[in-house]
Amino acid sequence: MSLQFIVDGLLTGSMIGLGAIGVTLTYSILRFSNFAHGDFMAWGTYATLAVVSAIGAMFGKVAPIAPLSFGWPLFIALVAGMGFTALLALLLDKVLFSRLRSQGQAIIVVMASFGASMALRSLLEFTFTSRPTYFSRAIQIAMPVGFGVRITPDQIALLLLTAVLVLGVHLLMTRTQTGRSMQALSQNAALARIVGIDVAKVVRVTWIIGGALACVAGVMIGILVQIRPFMGFDMLLPMFAAAILGGIGSIPGAVLGGLIIGLAEAGAVQLVGAEWRAAVSFIILMAVLFVRPAGLFGVRQR
Amino acid sequence: MIDLIGYGAFFLTTALIFSLITLGLNLQWGLTGLFNVGLAGFVAIGAYTSALLTTPDDAARLGGFGLPILVGWLGAMTVGGIAAALTGMATLRLRADYLAITTFGVAVVVQLVALNAQNLTGGPFGIGFIPRPFGGLAETPLLFNLSNLAVVSAVTLIAYLALEHLSRSPWGRVLKALREDEGAAISLGKSARFYRVQAFAVGGAIMALAGALQAHFTGFIAPDNYLPVLTFQVWVMLIVGGSGSNQGAIIGSILVWAIWAGSGTLTSVLFSPEQQARAASLQIVAIGVMLCIILLIRPNGLFGDRPRRVRFGKRAKSATGESGSG
Repeated sequence: MSLQFIVDGLLTGSMIGLGAIGVTLTYSILRFSNFAHGDFMAWGTYATLAVVSAIGAMFGKVAPIAPLSFGWPLFIALVAGMGFTALLALLLDKVLFSRLRSQGQAIIVVMASFGASMALRSLLEFTFTSRPTYFSRAIQIAMPVGFGVRITPDQIALLLLTAVLVLGVHLLMTRTQTGRSMQALSQNAALARIVGIDVAKVVRVTWIIGGALACVAGVMIGILVQIRPFMGFDMLLPMFAAAILGGIGSIPGAVLGGLIIGLAEAGAVQLVGAEWRAAVSFIILMAVLFVRPAGLFGVRQR
Repeated sequence: MIDLIGYGAFFLTTALIFSLITLGLNLQWGLTGLFNVGLAGFVAIGAYTSALLTTPDDAARLGGFGLPILVGWLGAMTVGGIAAALTGMATLRLRADYLAITTFGVAVVVQLVALNAQNLTGGPFGIGFIPRPFGGLAETPLLFNLSNLAVVSAVTLIAYLALEHLSRSPWGRVLKALREDEGAAISLGKSARFYRVQAFAVGGAIMALAGALQAHFTGFIAPDNYLPVLTFQVWVMLIVGGSGSNQGAIIGSILVWAIWAGSGTLTSVLFSPEQQARAASLQIVAIGVMLCIILLIRPNGLFGDRPRRVRFGKRAKSATGESGSG
């Protein structure tokens, strides 16, 4: 068995983990499983792609930065895409989720997110058709790093980006007042409200972080694999599994859960074949629910 | 004229098969408050089970046992019920959302198996030559469609009457009690988990039966028939009809199927053939928006007896109210 699966697994795991942060935050603070989260990913990716093409149209072809397959337009576009996805999440919350949330039936909100997911995804399919597209068709030469493992410069850059983002979100959650408010709200909403936490602001920050990170995860998929309207929906099960495995509400848990699932998927692909990849997250999910439903970092629900 | 009656019969047959799935979902969600977003998986399990049991022997894959159609249907219900019971047992002691995520996973896995387990399911090419009741009448489409309609109506009617009876029986009252006030029901000595697993299993069995009916009605099944959009359609049917009401489930299904089929015809007239795929996705957008609007303005649907309070963790119950205006 080649060790190459470690690189593949870490990369898939980063995408799953970045997405799972949004899932776990929505779940613990707004208390519903957001089935539209995967579609935020896809929308963010298409938005980023649109900005890249717009820059390409304005400035002509921009040479990529030395070893990478992409140049500065992608960085600008990624920031724009993250902003767009955060706005999309805020908008969806405003017109749909917040109104249903105020009725106090969480499962109705889940159902609405299921409907929104279908509508968002099909709208992408309508606009861009289901044909896959790419940020770049250039082929990168993978560098050997020993033990038969190879990695491309793009992959290194994306792993670094993930690490920086995760560290940033972790610091935000533990070192800032907003982050502490978010934690308080997720642990005891009633008490948090009594001590005067600005709930509306926490809700906004939750959507902004979740949406922006979903966009990054989507762009990673776009760079490493391909861009399709279904790209986010296919990530939904791994993201839920990662959030539950890590323990709902825990950001390090979501990232670690994502990495475990990514590595398990990549390992399983070598053993049983790529077509069964999606079953791996399901098996891990079921195993966690049976053995330790609170997850790795979770607290038992009262 | 005769064509029109034939089409009407065909339309109603399809709509009634959807009604049957919706009835199963209504038992799970409307009556018991169990959120199943993977029902396409249970429908597929039923369709494939029945197809494996009844098709003639096929060298390319396992099975093809050539059994009578009725055996296929019973087998479909059994396997579908067992699959649902196992899913329920694994997750029903946890928060309600976990059931949603798990059923979603079940549907993904069933889809994977249907697509990849070539020697069980025929892979992407599906299974053909599924025996059709009244297959001998296929030369006279009108008679064939009408007899299909008769069979499907009879099965739907039986399921409807049985479910009406069940929901009024002591068993159904326990389910409603659990849905409305879990604590009170448990204090009366009812095992919440036990009853919920039963309800989930019976609902799954009905969905599987619907899958089997459809397989025998079209004579061919493939993994593409059981995509998440099927789950979605059935949910819209139940919400439009009004969850909690069996009449609502049936009427909602016929209504939504009429809208769906009608808008399909409309787009095929309005759009050129190469734009059809795009038009189909626009159709899904429309239905998705419709679902969200109904949830916002009329969550009870047309005939709803919606659960006032849905099963949810104690912690969540206090927290979901007014958590911010966004």
